[in-house]
Amino acid sequence: MSEDFFQGYKGDALTLLKKYNVRVWGQASIKTTRGYFKGTILPRSENDDDKHIVLKIATGYNIGIDTKNIIDMQEDGYKKANYKIPEKEFPYSESLPNVKLIGTGGTIASRLDYRTGAVIPAFSPGELYGAVPELADICNLKTEKLFAVFSENMGPEQYKKLAIAIGKEIENGVDGIVIGHGTDTLHHTAAALTFMIQNSPVPIVLVGSQRSSDRPSSDAALNLMHACTAAAHGEIAEVMVCMFGPTSDEYGFLHRGTRVRKMHSSYRSTFRTLGDVPLATITRKGVTPIKKDFNPRRKDKKVTVLPFFEEKVAMIYYYPNMQPDMIDSLVENGYKGIVIIGTGLGHVNKPLYPAIERASKKGVAIYMTVQTLWGYVHMFVYDTGRDLMAMGVVPAANMLPEVAYVKLGWALGQTNDLEKVKELMLKPINDETTKREPYNGYLVYQGGVNEVEEFIRKVRK
Amino acid sequence: MKRQFDPLQNYHATKEDIGYVNRRDANQEVYDRIGFMSGLEVHQQLDTREKLFCHCPAGIYQKEDEYDAEIIRHMRPTLSELGEYDGTALMEFKTRKEIIYRIKNETTCTYEIDDTPPFQINKDAVEKSIEISLLSKLNIVGEIHITRKQYLDGSIPTGFQRTAIIGVEGEIPLKNKKVRLMQLSLEEDSCREVSDIGHTRIFRTDRLGMPLIETVTYPDMTNPDEVMEAADYIRFLNRSTNKVRTGIGAGREDVNVSCKGGTRVEIKGVSHNKWIPELTHNECFRQWALLAVRDKLRKRVKNWKTWQLSSVQVNYLDYKFDYAPIKEAFQQKHKIVAVNLPGFFGILSHFTQPGKCFADEISDRLKVIACLEKPNMTSTESLNGEIKLSDFDKIRHLLNSSEHDAQIIMWGPAEDMSTALETIQERCQWAFEGVPNETRKSFEDGTTIFERVLPGADRMYPDTDSAPIPLTDDYIETIRERLPEDVIERYNTLKEWLVPEDTYAYIFSKNLFPLIKKIITELDVEPALAGTFIGHTLKHVEGQCKPASEWDYDKVFDLFKFVKENDLKFDLMKIILPHLYRHPKIDIPSILNLIKLKKISKENIVSHIPFLIKKFEEIGRNSDTESMTHWIMGELRASATGNMDLKELRQVINETIKKQLDK
Repeated sequence: MSEDFFQGYKGDALTLLKKYNVRVWGQASIKTTRGYFKGTILPRSENDDDKHIVLKIATGYNIGIDTKNIIDMQEDGYKKANYKIPEKEFPYSESLPNVKLIGTGGTIASRLDYRTGAVIPAFSPGELYGAVPELADICNLKTEKLFAVFSENMGPEQYKKLAIAIGKEIENGVDGIVIGHGTDTLHHTAAALTFMIQNSPVPIVLVGSQRSSDRPSSDAALNLMHACTAAAHGEIAEVMVCMFGPTSDEYGFLHRGTRVRKMHSSYRSTFRTLGDVPLATITRKGVTPIKKDFNPRRKDKKVTVLPFFEEKVAMIYYYPNMQPDMIDSLVENGYKGIVIIGTGLGHVNKPLYPAIERASKKGVAIYMTVQTLWGYVHMFVYDTGRDLMAMGVVPAANMLPEVAYVKLGWALGQTNDLEKVKELMLKPINDETTKREPYNGYLVYQGGVNEVEEFIRKVRK
Repeated sequence: MKRQFDPLQNYHATKEDIGYVNRRDANQEVYDRIGFMSGLEVHQQLDTREKLFCHCPAGIYQKEDEYDAEIIRHMRPTLSELGEYDGTALMEFKTRKEIIYRIKNETTCTYEIDDTPPFQINKDAVEKSIEISLLSKLNIVGEIHITRKQYLDGSIPTGFQRTAIIGVEGEIPLKNKKVRLMQLSLEEDSCREVSDIGHTRIFRTDRLGMPLIETVTYPDMTNPDEVMEAADYIRFLNRSTNKVRTGIGAGREDVNVSCKGGTRVEIKGVSHNKWIPELTHNECFRQWALLAVRDKLRKRVKNWKTWQLSSVQVNYLDYKFDYAPIKEAFQQKHKIVAVNLPGFFGILSHFTQPGKCFADEISDRLKVIACLEKPNMTSTESLNGEIKLSDFDKIRHLLNSSEHDAQIIMWGPAEDMSTALETIQERCQWAFEGVPNETRKSFEDGTTIFERVLPGADRMYPDTDSAPIPLTDDYIETIRERLPEDVIERYNTLKEWLVPEDTYAYIFSKNLFPLIKKIITELDVEPALAGTFIGHTLKHVEGQCKPASEWDYDKVFDLFKFVKENDLKFDLMKIILPHLYRHPKIDIPSILNLIKLKKISKENIVSHIPFLIKKFEEIGRNSDTESMTHWIMGELRASATGNMDLKELRQVINETIKKQLDK
């Protein structure tokens, strides 16, 4: 393939560059109706218009030049920049535990190529060591890039591959697993791995970052250090999500993979345990458990891997005036399982009844969860709930909607027998449903109230 | 071996050696000799309702201890585009600072603390910055690209400032030359520092994110006065639009200075232009002194590239230290370390700035980089002699020093000592190279201290959170149509109007030219009178009085109008103005009552003169006519003011006296 000298340029801008024989990375002098401009031509982001040429001027800033204003331009030189991440050999220490970092994509394992807007992975142990040298004091790190996808593209295929890869690492005797993951669907993957990898003797820690590692205030480095500490030294051998506790650079939380959810589109402290307290806090010094009951680390290498998933499972978010054809169309398209996210205690409106009944009769597994996120499905309280149960809708207790979706996919991946599915669904594997909800499992404080303001002023959030 | 060495004498001798001249005595020849070169980065806050990238209100400030929440961040260096770490970045990381942000809900949202991506750029700010760019004769870009400029000192919670170029390549006219402008950028303002002690730095986030423009000049200025003139011109130009903020901190300059063979050093955050001449003068000579230090050292130390200090921990009890900070260090179980600097004899007390010597260069860095609070060291060449000579003899013995060496004693927490030693090593190594790249903090007395290593060009990245903003020709033309005239044109106009030149700075800094013009054109007042009244009387009153409510300069127009319409004399305004300024809400007729102005006819006033002449002849000690006129003026001024032109009155008095004497 010949070299692309006009990266990202199209239409008018491309025509102009070709006309004057000026390339991307060429040092250009441009005469325009607004005066003279000088600088290096940069690639143009493909989503931007074709009316401007991007220039990096001597002071390091970028500017755009309107093609309409260009009278003349010429290339005075050419200097292509090569972007590379420095690598330093990751030191090995006999006395430190061995941790395997598995990459899936996402911000923690990538850097941006500023000029093209493309993502460049910074991932080998050497690269990571170059960026976060503190890691070498925590563990011996090996890495493997399993795939490079954005968080939203993680799905059943990836869950299964990941579970199998982790199973192999455990059998090989690793002391802990860290999985780098985009944050958007981190909790889906955490749930999937909880169901697919059972009885692990070592910690399996999922980690991401809310601010990319290319910025000085990124949470990536601290999250990664926390995750490696939890994986290498922590006593809790479960599938966990490790992310910031408060938005401050203070400590992280280890969340149980089945009770965690991303709760803010951009905050660092976006992951919260719902309906319970987090498993533990984590600092660079170590893990401090909050919950007393957890699966402890073991010396053996035994693990049960159950990499199953039925893709024909859907999740529907009920809204007033939802029409029955929403459910009918799922059934017609061959869906085997539906998780309904109902209002209040787990309700939908009457016009949906016939559709639910039809689906049930066709053998579709239907489970009810709640939009309130906190609290249980209680279908005995109102007639509506009782009606729905009579039609075959199964209440999923206090299982989070996304977790119910993942679990139903996992259960249906193993069997089509609805009774067996129900047995799998309702028997908790790791607290996806709990028998009790502690009073401090629901704490959404409201600002403006004196005592809350006092708390916020005193305790960094 | 003992030798007689007087550090103070050495300081003065080296000051003379390098040819330091006081600024008052310095002329262009002096500056040409040391190759004075300077450029400016003028910062100016724009007057907008909201901040640049979020909808928080701009211009509301909080007190240091007034906050709703605190947030902690640590800054990590990131790789540059070319895969390298920036020098400043590494230094900032070495300091391991805990940055605390004090947040007030009223002025700070989740954007400022970097928990939310930016919202669309403030259109009002863009428009105002284009207007100022056009006035600065800059070429306006076709498309604004938001760029991230890294700052690891914590002054911005993201670790970078969002900034964008609006125009490049412009110029401003000075009295004798043109100064070229490199660029003008629109950027977000940074946090205000509350304190920086040890490893904790505290900031307020109220100012953070306010729209700020930065006008950058080429290093075209060749003496300190030119730098101030350029800074003033840019400030006046900005203010001439009436679209910028004024008041403390609304305008700040960074001044870049170098001498021949020196390095570009940036003096940060100079808030008063009148400080600029002294600061740039001293900085240029500081560099000149450092070059002399380099030459001396290179002569002495042949293998300077491998120069290495040596150090040893000192046991407090083995010495007779009575210097209080060392005693305190001992009590706090801090480490006390002695350092030998081979070949540095006579260097530590070498002149660098008035009242400062090379040892200060080291001490300043120990504070910033190793977080050792001052006083953090003393030395064999300390100007104050904190340590006994016998103690130093012991230390020299311990360090196996030669007579060509100098010794430092420093103290601080054990965990900071390795960074402290590295810092000394690094700064001394630099002494062999010349002038280190750095930014410096300014003081009113014209001296500066080390602030941080000057960041490289490698710290600019495109902001991936925002899209480019096109600027069409039509849009720019509509802005161009409403531009005010150039400051230089106004300057020339004031000259034509015979307004005294010493009023210009005040008129431009308050942007009062439009007011003068309005008084002249609408009220047909003599230009020199209007200009002088505003440039002298108003300035004087402003300096003396405090308004009870918000003062509006348009009141001066009202005053001229009132006097004109009521056919009063302009002298009266001088009496009314202080009252009006103190109580802007009182109407002018009420002020006249207040000062008990009575309407008296000219004839009436003049009729008293013969009587007064007689009276003076009786009581006057001097009999000359001048004293007589003066005394009579004094007697009549109160009733004449506002009723009769005082010049005319004086003339009438003189004539009457003359007639009397002629009789």
